[in-house]
Amino acid sequence: MPRFLSSRPDARLIPLPWETPLEQWPVEYLVALPRGISRHVVRFIRVGDSVYAAKEVIEHLAVHEYRLLHDLHRLATPAVEPVGVVTERYDADGNRLDPVLVTKHLQFALPYRSLFTPGVRQDTVNRLLDAMVVLLALLHLVGFLWVDVSLSNILFRRVAGAFAAYLVDAETGELHEQLSAGQRAHDLSIARTNLFGEFSDLEAGGMLDESLDPGTLVDSIEARYAELWTELTGVEEFDGSEMHRIDSRVRRLNALGFDVAELDITTDFGGTSIRIQPKVGDAGHHSRRLLRLTGLDTEENQARRLLNDLDTYRARTDQQNADEAIVAHQWLTEVFEAVVKRIPSDLRGKLEPAEVFHEVLEFRWYQSEKLGLEIPLEEAADRYVAEVLTTKPDEALTNVEVMGPLQNPYDPSQGYVDEDDSVPYDPWEDGAAEVDERLATWFDIDELRKGKRGA
Amino acid sequence: MATVSFDDATRVYPGSEHPAVDKLNLEIGDGEFMVLVGPSGCGKSTSLRMLAGLEEVNAGGIHIGDRDVTHLPPKDRDIAMVFQNYALYPHMTVADNMGFALKIAGKPKAEIRKRVEDAAEILDLSEYLDRKPKALSGGQRQRVAMGRAIVRSPQVFLMDEPLSNLDAKLRVSTRTQIAALQSRLGVTTVYVTHDQVEAMTMGDRVAVMKDGVLQQVDTPLALYDSPENLFVAGFIGSPAMNLIDGKIADGGVQVGDYVVPVAREVLAKAEGENDLTIGIRPENFELSEGDGLGLDVAVLEELGADAYLYGTLAGLDEDAKITAQQIVARISSRRPPQRGTTVRIGVAPEHVHVFSKATGARLSETNLR
Ligand SMILES: Nc1ncnc2c1ncn2[C@@H]1O[C@H](COP(=O)(O)OP(=O)(O)OP(=O)(O)O)[C@@H](O)[C@H]1O
Ligand SMILES: Nc1ncnc2c1ncn2[C@@H]1O[C@H](COP(=O)(O)OP(=O)(O)OP(=O)(O)O)[C@@H](O)[C@H]1O
Ligand SMILES: [Mg+2]
Ligand SMILES: [Mg+2]
Repeated sequence: MPRFLSSRPDARLIPLPWETPLEQWPVEYLVALPRGISRHVVRFIRVGDSVYAAKEVIEHLAVHEYRLLHDLHRLATPAVEPVGVVTERYDADGNRLDPVLVTKHLQFALPYRSLFTPGVRQDTVNRLLDAMVVLLALLHLVGFLWVDVSLSNILFRRVAGAFAAYLVDAETGELHEQLSAGQRAHDLSIARTNLFGEFSDLEAGGMLDESLDPGTLVDSIEARYAELWTELTGVEEFDGSEMHRIDSRVRRLNALGFDVAELDITTDFGGTSIRIQPKVGDAGHHSRRLLRLTGLDTEENQARRLLNDLDTYRARTDQQNADEAIVAHQWLTEVFEAVVKRIPSDLRGKLEPAEVFHEVLEFRWYQSEKLGLEIPLEEAADRYVAEVLTTKPDEALTNVEVMGPLQNPYDPSQGYVDEDDSVPYDPWEDGAAEVDERLATWFDIDELRKGKRGA
Repeated sequence: MATVSFDDATRVYPGSEHPAVDKLNLEIGDGEFMVLVGPSGCGKSTSLRMLAGLEEVNAGGIHIGDRDVTHLPPKDRDIAMVFQNYALYPHMTVADNMGFALKIAGKPKAEIRKRVEDAAEILDLSEYLDRKPKALSGGQRQRVAMGRAIVRSPQVFLMDEPLSNLDAKLRVSTRTQIAALQSRLGVTTVYVTHDQVEAMTMGDRVAVMKDGVLQQVDTPLALYDSPENLFVAGFIGSPAMNLIDGKIADGGVQVGDYVVPVAREVLAKAEGENDLTIGIRPENFELSEGDGLGLDVAVLEELGADAYLYGTLAGLDEDAKITAQQIVARISSRRPPQRGTTVRIGVAPEHVHVFSKATGARLSETNLR
């Protein structure tokens, strides 16, 4: 019987065919969704209306990753949510199978391969890189050394015109109180190499817009990161006549979505020079405010956009002096939910509600500009549904047809159908099949004495 | 190619009191395969990053060849790090998969091609350079990944647990390949692992670390035959050396009703310490008709011509056996004893390792066979 290590188990996972290697699971359990390449066997599995990601991986890594993902959640960093580890798997012949790490499928998230398609705008690319750099800085702020930084290990969600990046693969990570500059530099240098490889791969596959160059793209990462890190943690020194700089620093950080938990302010004896260094709390300034006011759990940029609309609503309805929570509740039912209700249920899987709302606002603004008069929100919502939403791919559960037919629709790591896949004879592997597995955990001292290295 | 030396190199992480690497002194020869091994957290990765220039050195220094690199940035050190992640890119040819790191570095196309071809020659991949990685065998794909580091023809290779996410079989075969390749290339290599089997089978020499402190550095056989302290004695070997506490007695160390024979000169070094720890490798025990340690045999495992006996010192009641120290002996399986019986196992004096119980330091002479 397999064992489930889980703090929040889903009983529907228990009857799944754990005694079968993940690679051979019958398709009735699987969903083909866009995803990045991977060395391990990874499948999306569907139980009821939930989708999980399952990765077959050796035991100590499965448990390590499960724990780290938990820690990252506790620290409120954007990462996929761990569900459990299935161990003690044996096939029909009694052979032991590797454990499976189960995570919640991150809905509405796109792997980079679906985003860097021909025609992608430079602006979009910049936003993706920014999102990635913000993710890296957030992880570094909580003391997480990632090591395996790559686009394949990041998922992107579209949020109010920008992107939010999530960590998917924590296998190689380490969590410390605080990282050294060298550890952060290590992650950056790995990011540089991996991203260069990934962009070059897109280029080789004809999937990178011709205006984009892998070298230029990765060159900007270090500068972007350094700038953000300085804003987040740097020390600023100025004299007493520039007190407003304290305020502008806090505002800039808020605008980036970071809360300032503490501000370390020191003045010299004469009080002529002031030194500030913020201690940045986790990101999510706006999303926490929106959650507190409306119960809506959204991405940072969406939250900012929604809060803007809430503030406009408040001004328009002349309620500046009313209690903020009461106004927020009115706005939620009269504005936000009014729009969301107008999406037909069969189109709900296309885009997240908060994102639909944001797009309706954009649509309305654009159409109103064009007509020179303000169209009512309901009308904008209906037209948006008819003209825009119906034409969109399903982001909750899209199919992988982005880059031509895959060898295996459930596993992009296996490449594309048209490729030659006859594996050549390799003399180096002569005898590899007879490798004695015991030698992985045991060495024969007598062989060693005979001077056989690598034996 | 070059030598590498750590001279009292120390790293203390910000906010931490205990050094992660404490006065590391290590000389690595030109072309040598040096393995750093030790349990999780002992400072292996930190040492490697210090050498790579990715971790500040708080005290002491590091040399590559005769260059003091202590404060040089990573790019000026001429080293290549082989990462765990060997993701191969499906749309790129094998040649591009191998050469892309040179491309980031801005090397001219012709030079990249030349270096890739040279590396492919060594790796037996020449005829596949224009294929896609999918059309390669598993082992060839792994070699493509190694090719990425080779094309950079650095003075030193650094490898941090490159095998840790492979399954048992692949780990064994890849380990052989890496070792063979390294001796073919002759490039100085520092290899980090927590796995003593990997260390013992791959390294020319092995440096054992614990809590940031280098315990011993030597050839695999010397580590095995003369561990300098209790930690190394217990860490190296599979199954591990039996470490048994006893008291000084006439002619040896008293364990139960048996006096384990130890030379007088060794006992003299104990200088007033009464409690010693003796170490005996499983294969150095032999079944004895007369004198020997009494062993209640709990499990017998036959492995070809050998058998491993697992048991506890004789005379314990069943409850005590559960928590008692397990003793392992390797004996010839021609006439193995039954489980549940009690046997006597003896050892020759030259195979007894003797350690101070108080300090863990080795007292016996080197036991080179
Ligand atoms: N919870 C999840 N939600 C959505 N997508 C996921 C999830 N988990 C994994 N994926 C997708 O599956 C891909 C492979 O997963 P993952 O990176 O964990 O595998 P891996 O074999 O460890 O990869 P690597 O080769 O980088 O070590 C990811 O790139 C991502 O696109
Ligand atoms: N940023 C940090 N701040 C404080 N301590 C750290 C930091 N990074 C690492 N350490 C500590 O330094 C010590 C050495 O870490 P290092 O990663 O070098 O060990 P290791 O031998 O490579 O371990 P592993 O095999 O687990 O990777 C450990 O105790 C670790 O917890
Ligand atoms: Mg991955
Ligand atoms: Mg390490």
